[in-house]
Order: sequence, then structure tokens, then C-alpha cells
Amino acid sequence: MEKTEEKLLDIQDLRVHFHTRHGVVKAVDGVSFGLERGEVLGIVGESGSGKSVTCLSVLGLLPAPPARIESGRALLAGRDLLTLDAESLRRVRGKSISMIFQEPMTSLNPYLKIGVQLVETLRAHEAIAAEAARARAIRMLDRVGIADAGIRMDGYPHELSGGMRQRVMIAMALLTQPDILIADEPTTALDVTIQAQILELIRELKAEFGMAVILISHAMGVVAEMSDRILVMYAGRVVEQGNPGEIFRHPAHPYTKALIDSMPNPNASADRLPAIAGTPPDLARLPAGCAFAPRCGFARPVCRETDPDERTRPASETPALGAPEALTRPGSPTRSAEPGHAFRCHVDI
Amino acid sequence: MTRGQGESLWADARRRLLQNRAAVLGLCVTGALLVAAALTPWISPYAYDEQDLNLGASPPTRAHLFGTDSLGRDLLTRMLYGSRISLVVGLLATLVSMIIGITYGAVSGYLGGRWDAVMMRLVDILYSLPFIFFVIILMVYFGRNIVNLFVALGCVQWLTTARIVRGQVLTLKQKEFVEAAVAMGVSTPGIVFRHLVPNVLGPIIVYATLTVPAVMLEEAFLSFLGLGVQPPNCSWGILIAEGVKHMELESWLILFPGFFLSLTLFSLNFLGDGLRDALDPKYRAD
Repeated sequence: MEKTEEKLLDIQDLRVHFHTRHGVVKAVDGVSFGLERGEVLGIVGESGSGKSVTCLSVLGLLPAPPARIESGRALLAGRDLLTLDAESLRRVRGKSISMIFQEPMTSLNPYLKIGVQLVETLRAHEAIAAEAARARAIRMLDRVGIADAGIRMDGYPHELSGGMRQRVMIAMALLTQPDILIADEPTTALDVTIQAQILELIRELKAEFGMAVILISHAMGVVAEMSDRILVMYAGRVVEQGNPGEIFRHPAHPYTKALIDSMPNPNASADRLPAIAGTPPDLARLPAGCAFAPRCGFARPVCRETDPDERTRPASETPALGAPEALTRPGSPTRSAEPGHAFRCHVDI
Repeated sequence: MTRGQGESLWADARRRLLQNRAAVLGLCVTGALLVAAALTPWISPYAYDEQDLNLGASPPTRAHLFGTDSLGRDLLTRMLYGSRISLVVGLLATLVSMIIGITYGAVSGYLGGRWDAVMMRLVDILYSLPFIFFVIILMVYFGRNIVNLFVALGCVQWLTTARIVRGQVLTLKQKEFVEAAVAMGVSTPGIVFRHLVPNVLGPIIVYATLTVPAVMLEEAFLSFLGLGVQPPNCSWGILIAEGVKHMELESWLILFPGFFLSLTLFSLNFLGDGLRDALDPKYRAD
């Protein structure tokens, strides 16, 4: 606890459950992670693994009911976001933490001029005159690479392409110079060349404004390229975390390994990409034991009986029982070259 | 990427409205009716209370283009004066009902949950009250004059508007742009009135054009009961109500007011349809 002050955002044992007619869906089930200033944290996982829900719940953007935050804390500069009232939370959103979404085509209001939407965001957080806000919005549009920014301000979203709209969304998110930018699959809906441009833009702006970025994606390649640290999520839990190099070289969790193996590799001669067999589990009816066991090639009987705790490599030495701070402490008596590389698996692969 | 330059919403809408022939026709007819109503004291051929008891009910002639009623009053004159009241009541009552209905419906739909349930049950209760009972109370309580008439009508008409807007908002609030605006910290009033209301204007404009004639007919009904416009003033509603009584022998008394009421309805409808398309920035005629 005494170490949490230095972290920009500290999420501790977050559990978000959806209470539906079909039972309790444990969308996020005990997630803890910290975010340092200026760091890029990548969160990977399949659809439904809890990546987005984690971030949305921190900003209070989940519809409640059915969503309910069962436990956990999300400390932003010492303040627990999960207990803030609606107005305080509104002031955090878009000011301290901004978010951009997957669908740039539909994330802008089709009936409002781009400029109106940008200025509105800025003025929601700062007492600034309309003309000054407009000038700042134009500068920011210019900065994110929109040509003729001044003219674009008076245009409507439908006049822009998907990539341009995502640039506008980024400009909007950065207008207030937030400490944290959450990018929820920012490139999934864009074509490949545009994807690279947008990622490059986020990287540049991150360096320029010194903000921390949480990059959510299901594409391992995107996350690996951008991130300082990676969280791999499966069925509402963090199954592995560490730095990209280590995770790519020595994936410790079979799911991470499967994700990496299923990335397209131009040098491989295989006709088919390896896919992960089966589908993600029904979060309302999680199996006993490890949630990944039914799809796992390494599964042993123990995997179907008990859920593995988080540990570091190797298995024989000091399993760190559910205490993530202990894992980031350097000098843990493990042979792993990488401190902070932790995973949840019974098996050494 | 149709234009390098952004056009203002209104300039853009006007251009697209003018490309729609039916809408332009509707606009011209509505405009002509409004001009005629405004200029009535100068263009009407007779004084509004001038009677010719010797003539009595006469079919259209050169002296009386639309004929006369049983008291020998010129129908064209009465229709011109009636249009002033009918159009004002129709437009203002509709405006009142739209303002109340849009605000109420948008707030209810956006807040959702318990607020929505309570607010919509109130609408259901008001719906179930006999409308005329409600208007009579308002008119008796606040006095019988024309301003209260359209306030009373507006107060009754907003219920349907509120339901339409709420339904639209319920689907709209699931859209990503609303989520994005929330995520950027836009306040609840900002989201309701800046983001949601402009998006429901399309169906609302069409519904408003249907409300105008409906309100005109309700005004006729109230006037018939002696709660609305009082003689010697008249409105199209009163003329139609009178015309119905004499339609077997003096058919022109129902034909002309009926025709002009229908004409107003159609032109408002075409105009509303055109406006809906014109105000939608995603819609492209070109």
C-alpha cells in the first residue's frame, strides 16, 4: 500500500459483474494493475475478455444495472474513482482521463460541426472563452494532421474519412491535456495503412504531451509494438503481464503463446494460421479451475480443479500468492530475467 | 468529401430543401396562406361581420366567390378571418407542445430507469384523462381567451411528442457518439440538448406538421362547445362545423373550408418531409 502513491493510476482487485437474467456474468474478476506516468500499457485479449469493461468501469461508463462493481479500487492520484459522485467523475472524464473508441465513424455526432464538438469538450472542463477554445481546437486539429483545420472545424463528421475522424477523436481527447489516454481498439475499424499512421500519431503525441496510454487491442502485434508493458487478459482476469520483449520471447501462459502463434508471419510458409481452438468461455458459467483449461493444449488434471494463482517463473520458487506488488519488486528469488513478468498457470511451458 | 469548405447547417439545409419540388410547393402554399392571413383586413372583399339577410345562403357568384352562408355573410371573408385564428392556434399550440414534449421526452429517455418509469407513467395518466375535461379545467381556471386556448391545446398535445422523443432517445443514447461525449466529460444537459435533441428533429418535424391540422380541428371542436373562439370571430374549424350542418343543401359551405384545411395539411406535410431530409446532414441529394 505504501508504494501506491507513485503510480498514476492504481487498480486493485477490480471485480465487475453483470447481473443478467442468465446469471451473474463475471466480466472482470479480480484485476489489479498499476500505470506509471508516461507509460504505455497494452491490454490484449479476445472479445469478452474484460479489457474494455475494465477501462469503462474506471470511468463509470458502464450501465448500472446490469453492471455492478463488486469490489476493488481505482486510485487516480490517491482518489478512488469507483466511489466518486457523478459530477466529480464527469470532471475526471475527458480531463484527467480521456478515451478514444473503436468506431471513429460513429463516435462523432453527425448533427454537430466538428468544431462545436471539440470546443464543447474543452469548455466542459475549462473556463475558457469560445474564441480561445476555438483557436486551441484548431491548433490541436492541425497537430493531429488534419489539413485546413480552420475550415474543417465548420465541417460535419460525414465529410471526413475514417482515419481523419479518428484523428479528430484523438484531437478531442487530447485538448484538455489529460494524464491518461485510454485507446480502446483505436485502429480496429481502420484499414492497415491508416492503422500504422494512427498508432504512430499516438506514439508521437504521447512523447510530446507526456501522458500515459492504455492501449486496448486484440491484436498482439499492435500492442507489442507500442507498449512498455503488456497485460494479457482472459475471461476477466489478467493471465500474464510483463514487458513485450520478455512476453514474446518466453510466453509463460499457454493463452499468450497461442495469441502470439496466431499472429500472421510473412516468413512462415504455412497455408493456414494457427487458431485457438474453441470459443471464449461463458462468463456466467466459468468452469472450475483455470478458465482456459478447456482450450489449452498443456492442460493437466490440476488445471481443471484449481484456479492457478499468479506467480513468476519458475514454478518451484516463491509463488507470489495474489500479491501483485510483490511481483514488481526487483530481486525476487526467481530465475526469470524479467522482474514484473507474472502469470497464472500451473504448468511451465 | 463533397466539399472542401464546410457550409453552415442552415445554408446547406436551404439548398437541399429547394431541390425538393414537393417541399417547395408546400412552402409556397403555406407561405401564401400565411400572407393572406396577415393581409386579411386589407384584402378581404367585405367586413367580417357584414350580413346580407336578403341574399341568405347563396352559392358562389361573381360578387361572392365562395358563396355566402344563411345570414348572407361572405364565405371568402369569413375564411380569411378564420385562417388568422386557425393558423395562429395551430402553429403556436404546436410550438408549445413541441417544446414541452421534446424536453420531457428527451430527459425521460436519457435518464432512463426509475426516472423514466415515473415520468412515463405520468404521461400515461394524463393520456387516460379525457382531453376535453382537461382543456375545460384549464380554460375555466385561466379564463377564456385565445392565448389560453393554444396553451391548453399545447398542454394536451405534448404527450405524444414526449413518447416519440423518448423512444428515439432510448435508441440514440446507445450510440457511440453519446458514449464518446460522456467519456469526454460533457454534462448531462449538454448531452440531452446538444447531442440528442438535434438528432430527433427529423421525426419531430414530421410529427409537428401533422399536429398543426390536428390542433386546428381540436380548436374547432372546442369552439363548437363554446370554449374556443367566440362569435362573431370565427375559425376554419367553426366554418367546417357549420358547413357540416348545411352540407346537404349548401355544399359550398363545407367544400371550401374543407378544401383549404386539407390543402394546409398537405402542404405542411410535404414541407415537413422536405425539412426532415434537408436538416439531416448525412442525407445527400447530389
